[in-house]
Amino acid sequence: MRVVAAMSGGVDSSVAAALLAADGHDVVGLSMQLYDQRTEAGRTCCTLDDLHDARRVARTLGIPHYVLNLEQRFRETVIDDFVGEYAAGRTPLPCVHCNSDLKFSTLLDRAEGLGATTVATGHYARVNRGDDGRWRLRRSADPDKDQTYFLFTLTQAQLARARFPVGGLTKPEVRRHAETLDLGVASKPDSQEICFVPDGDYAAFVERHAARTARVGEVVDERGRRLGGHNGVHRFTVGQRKGLGVQASVPLYVLDIDAAAARVTVGPRERLERPSLTASGINWISGTPPDGWLPVAARIRHRHRPAPARVRALDDCRAEVVFDNPQRAITPGQAVVFYDGDVVLGGGWIE
Amino acid sequence: MTRIYLDHNATTPPSPAIIEGMTATLYDVCGNPSSIHHFGQRAKAALDDARQAVAELIGAEPTEIIFVSGGTESDNLAIRGVADTVEATGRKGHLVASSIEHEAVLGTLRQLVRRGWQTTLLPVGESGIVEPDALAAAITEDTALVSVMHANNEIGTIQQVAALAAVAHERGVLFHTDAVQSTGKIPVDVGALGVDLLSLSAHKFYGPKGAGVLWARRGVRLAPQFTGGRHERGRRTGTENVSGIVGLGLAAAEARIKLSTEAERLSALRDRLEQGILAAVPGVAVNGRRDARVPNTTNISFDRIEAESLLIALDLEGIAVSTGSACSSGTLEPSHVLRAMGLPAHRTQNSIRFSLGAVNTEAEIDRVIAVLPALVEKLRSLTRAPVRA
Repeated sequence: MRVVAAMSGGVDSSVAAALLAADGHDVVGLSMQLYDQRTEAGRTCCTLDDLHDARRVARTLGIPHYVLNLEQRFRETVIDDFVGEYAAGRTPLPCVHCNSDLKFSTLLDRAEGLGATTVATGHYARVNRGDDGRWRLRRSADPDKDQTYFLFTLTQAQLARARFPVGGLTKPEVRRHAETLDLGVASKPDSQEICFVPDGDYAAFVERHAARTARVGEVVDERGRRLGGHNGVHRFTVGQRKGLGVQASVPLYVLDIDAAAARVTVGPRERLERPSLTASGINWISGTPPDGWLPVAARIRHRHRPAPARVRALDDCRAEVVFDNPQRAITPGQAVVFYDGDVVLGGGWIE
Repeated sequence: MTRIYLDHNATTPPSPAIIEGMTATLYDVCGNPSSIHHFGQRAKAALDDARQAVAELIGAEPTEIIFVSGGTESDNLAIRGVADTVEATGRKGHLVASSIEHEAVLGTLRQLVRRGWQTTLLPVGESGIVEPDALAAAITEDTALVSVMHANNEIGTIQQVAALAAVAHERGVLFHTDAVQSTGKIPVDVGALGVDLLSLSAHKFYGPKGAGVLWARRGVRLAPQFTGGRHERGRRTGTENVSGIVGLGLAAAEARIKLSTEAERLSALRDRLEQGILAAVPGVAVNGRRDARVPNTTNISFDRIEAESLLIALDLEGIAVSTGSACSSGTLEPSHVLRAMGLPAHRTQNSIRFSLGAVNTEAEIDRVIAVLPALVEKLRSLTRAPVRA
């Protein structure tokens, strides 16, 4: 059976491809060229090196390998959203869009065109079929590396064609596999959070790509008193403490961002806590929203330990989440993902 | 898997006789051609033989042949070499080229624009042919050089080089032609073409990679681009790639002998492929004028197909083709050639180039025609709408 392995050149997707090949699948390696290395990654030039690594791994495994140019699609589905969200005062999560709109959409289509029924990635997540015949997305065997937070938008149709060969392994096990197979990538560092901003300077990236120049605005306290000025709301995220540019006797945190008024509200740490949230663009992985209030564990950012909460579906693919205990820094633009044990029930975008 | 190679415009496999000749050179001709002693003289003699063979292939004098590393360097040396002689007089000038030149020419022009030069790119219609009138209109008092390729790498169309060169010469302007894709496929005679500078590359006609020629008519002033010793009459310094140049010479001699019969055979095969595809696959169109093409090339657009996907699907079946020129593959941008021809956007991204060569047989062509329809059908059957949550 022909399987497409999405190969980034990193250790996880390399081992994923290797495991499939070892299982006797007809593996075709595809790497995605997502942004112009010459302009974006001038400082680190990581991507060309990564493509080189992917090519070398494919050769070691004896599988065909091709690079797909998906720059335009990536710009339309990931970068534009990233820039737009920051400009709107939210904190985007581009990896989710890349997963649902590129890897398990465009790449899946391309794979099908090549006669492949499934696409395998190096994600730390597990997918299997429940007794009811529905596909289930489950957390990976390595709790530190679990990436289900970035996969909550996957539908039944997408999960049916997704494979996560390293989802049952821990990162050290994956590295050992890479070493044993002599893939040459065993000791590569983990990828950075946002691949197309290799220097981590999101504000500068947004400024280079935004259609309009950022508006200067005010930093105020909760009563609306001006504490200072700022050079654009895209430089802030809810919960941020550093770089506020204001003097105060207690540490201040960003509580709220009003992009329309170019106003950033700050306050003491305890004011970051909120008991509930609403989310839009909800995806229920089973395909069916729950009736009434459903007890879940809700995760509000990648490095957040899921907190006990109740969720109920609202109209227009929205949902309301009430936490048992208030949560700190609930950040618009990030995702809330619902778990029942290690099963991902679904998720949506924090409003 | 038996593989079928249909990408001869990217590069060609050297013939056994050429590989043997080059191998023998590596074993036996170890001297530096610049050395005065016996070893040097043997190497120099090997270069002289190759120079003679290339000169005979293109109707030139051996002393007019400058050995370089390949087509890209040859184009660079021609254009920069002329531009630098103009700049030496304290002026910047104007350069004219067709809009469907190889990137080696277009990139060089862009670089010279940054140095203060003016450039004009000549339009081509849907035929892919540059009209002499368009050139006449583009030439100004400052024009130093016109560069129009002999045959296009993507679509294979042959330009009316002799007529274009005559227009340039009427106005006292030098004329360069990139003959990388025509040499070895159709007659290339510098006298008949009436050009001043001509570029060719060994690996496009069964010679090795890393050897090429800039032919410069006697009397054409050319500033060298590297500094060093006085190799190649001071126009291209650096110890010569002796075995590569020997391979180039052998390829030139072979091409001269085989050219007419091979051209006939290939054009029959190419037409068989083209007719077969047109008959078996709906929604296809041949790009460029079909009556003025090198015999081995056809460029075909497939409606509702991403060329990249079809290329990969074919490769997984053992059939090697390309989308546009090999240099731009990997960064799959719309073909600048098809865009210049005025084709709609979708047709600049769904075209496949089939370029045939010495190794191809009728059976291979028939296999391609048999395999292609199902692959195209499969790709077309996919929903393009993104699956969104």
